[in-house]
Amino acid sequence: MPDDVKTSAFDGVVAEPGVAKPDPILVADGVTRRFGGLHAVNVGHLEVQRGAITALIGPNGAGKTTFFNLLTGFDRAGSGRWRFDGDEMSRMSAYRVARHGMVRTFQLTKALARLTVLENMLLGATEQRGERMFNALLRPVWGGQEKANTARAEELLERFKLIHLKDAFAGTLSGGQRKLLEMARALMVQPKMIMLDEPMAGVNPALVQSLLQHIIDLRDEGMTVCFVEHDMDMVMGISDWIVCLAEGEIIAEGRPNEIGANRAVIDAYLGKEHGTAPAEETS
Amino acid sequence: MDFAAILTTAVTAAIGPVAASYALAAIGLNIHFGYTGLLNFGQVGFMLVGGYGIAISVSILGWSMWVGVLVGIICAIVLALILGFPTLRLRSDYLAIATIAAGEILRLFYMSSYAEPVTGGVYGLQQFADEFYDLNPFPPDRYELGPLTFGAPDLWIMIVGWGLVALGVIFVYLLIHSPWGRIIRSIREDEEAARSLGKNVYWYKMQALILGGVIGALGGMVMVINTQSASANSFDPVVTFFLYTLLVLGGAGRVFGPVLGAVLFWFIVIGFDALLRSMIAEGLLPFLDPGDIGAIRLSLVGLGLLLLMVYRPQGILGRREEMVLDAR
Repeated sequence: MPDDVKTSAFDGVVAEPGVAKPDPILVADGVTRRFGGLHAVNVGHLEVQRGAITALIGPNGAGKTTFFNLLTGFDRAGSGRWRFDGDEMSRMSAYRVARHGMVRTFQLTKALARLTVLENMLLGATEQRGERMFNALLRPVWGGQEKANTARAEELLERFKLIHLKDAFAGTLSGGQRKLLEMARALMVQPKMIMLDEPMAGVNPALVQSLLQHIIDLRDEGMTVCFVEHDMDMVMGISDWIVCLAEGEIIAEGRPNEIGANRAVIDAYLGKEHGTAPAEETS
Repeated sequence: MDFAAILTTAVTAAIGPVAASYALAAIGLNIHFGYTGLLNFGQVGFMLVGGYGIAISVSILGWSMWVGVLVGIICAIVLALILGFPTLRLRSDYLAIATIAAGEILRLFYMSSYAEPVTGGVYGLQQFADEFYDLNPFPPDRYELGPLTFGAPDLWIMIVGWGLVALGVIFVYLLIHSPWGRIIRSIREDEEAARSLGKNVYWYKMQALILGGVIGALGGMVMVINTQSASANSFDPVVTFFLYTLLVLGGAGRVFGPVLGAVLFWFIVIGFDALLRSMIAEGLLPFLDPGDIGAIRLSLVGLGLLLLMVYRPQGILGRREEMVLDAR
C-alpha cells in the first residue's frame, strides 16, 4: 500500500470526533445550517489534515453535501467559522473560496455541455489576462498565456485519458468521462485542496478503479483531497482518515480500520438495532 | 402583379437603415441571450434610452448630437446597472421579469404628460439629427444600386448604420473567441460550475448586460436618427420580440446570426406586406382591406417564430448538435 507514509501523519491521533491533527489545512468550528426546523449541519469542531485523503461519509441525508456547500461558499452557514490554510473563509463567496485554493466538484457533474473539453479545461486556469473585457479584444495580450494554459490542459487531459476527446463538446461525454473532466478541470485551478462530491456516483465499475487511482496519485503529489461518499466499501480502500456524519453531526472520526469497527458508524448506516430504527430514520 | 416591384421593396427594407438598427439591437441581445444566457425581454428599453439620449440632449438641452450619443450610452449603462444589480444574483427568470417591466415603464414614462417638458410626451421630439446629416459626403441626388434607388440621406444613414453593425460583429467575434468570451459562455451553460472555478459570475453577467445594452442603445440611435424623430410608441415591447424572432431565425449564439436574421426578417416582413397590398389592390383578396395588413403581418411573425422553434430551433446559422446539448 502506498499510503503507509501518509497514514503515519496520523500517528498518535486519537480516533474521536473533533480531534486535533498535526498539520491541519482546514479548521472548522461550530458550523451550523438549518433548513426550517431541520438541523442539516451541526459540526462542532473539525480539522482536515494537509496532504492526506479525508473521506466524509454518512448515510443519505446526513448533511455531507450541505457541509461541503457551506465550506465552499455555495451555501451560507447559520453560524460558525472556518479557516483554510490560515485564511478566514467563513461567509466568503464561492468564487473567492476557489481562488484561495479550495476547489470543489459536484455530485451531479457540471460539465459545460456546449463548450469543448479543452475549453472546459482552459476555463479553470486562473488569473488569465484575457478575462478582462478590454484585454480580450487584443489577442497579443493573452495569446502567450493561453498557449501555456493549453499545454498544461493537454497534459492533464493526457493523464486523465481524455485527450482524444479534447475538441468534442463536453455534453457528448459519458457520465464517467464527465467526472474525470470535472476533476481535471478543478486541477487546472491549481488548488491546495480538492473537494470531490461523490466522485464515484454513477460511474461504471471499470472507471471507478481509475478514478480511485487518480485520487491516490493526487495525494501522493502532495495535494489535500477531501471527498464525500456514502458507499463505505469505496472509502475504506483509499482514505487516510474518515469522518462520519449522521444527522448533521460528526459521530466518529478515525483511520479506516477504526471506522469499520465503530459502533456508532454501524448504527448510523444500518439503523439502531431492533424496532426503534425504522420509525426514527430520517431521509 | 408586379413582382419586380415587390421584390425591390423587400430588398430595400432588408438593407435599409431600420434593418441595420434592428441588427445592432439584436447583436446586443445576442450577447445577453445567445452567449451569456441572460433572458433580457426589455432590449427595446435600451434602444429607447439610446434614442432619447440623442433627442433630449439636442432638442431640449441644446447640446451637440455627439454629446447626445455619449449621453445615450451612459443612460444604457445606468439602465443595465439598475436592472442587473438586484436581479443578476437571482435565477434568470427574475431578470426576464424585471426587463420586460422596465421596457414598458420606460415607454409609458417617456410618453406621459408628466415627462412632456423633457421628452415631448406623446408628440416625441423631432429634428435633432441635422448635425449627422450635415456630415453627409453624398451630394443630394438619387443614387441607384441596380434596381434600387436611395436618396443621399438614406445612403448616408445606411452606410453609418451597417458600418456600426460591421464593427459590432468584429467586436463580438473578438470578445467571444477570448478567455472573456469563454467565461460568458460557461455562465450560459452552468453558472455554478464557473463559480466553482473561481470566476466572479455576477460581475461577468453585469459586464455582458451593460455591453449588450450599450449596443442596443446604438441601435436605438440609428433608429431615431433615420427618422429624425423619437417617439415613445415606436419603442413598443413588440420590438423586443421581433428582435428575438430574428435572432432565433439567424441563429442565437452565432456571430452573424443577428445580422442575417435582421436582413431576412425585414425582407420577409416587408415583402409579405407588399405582396398582400398588391393582391388587395388587384382584388384578389376581397375579404381583406389594406388596414388589416398590420395585424396579419404581426401574426405572420408569430407563426414564423413558432415554426422555427419546432423545425429549426438552432436557426439558420446554428449547429444542430449544440442545440441537442442544451440542457436548460
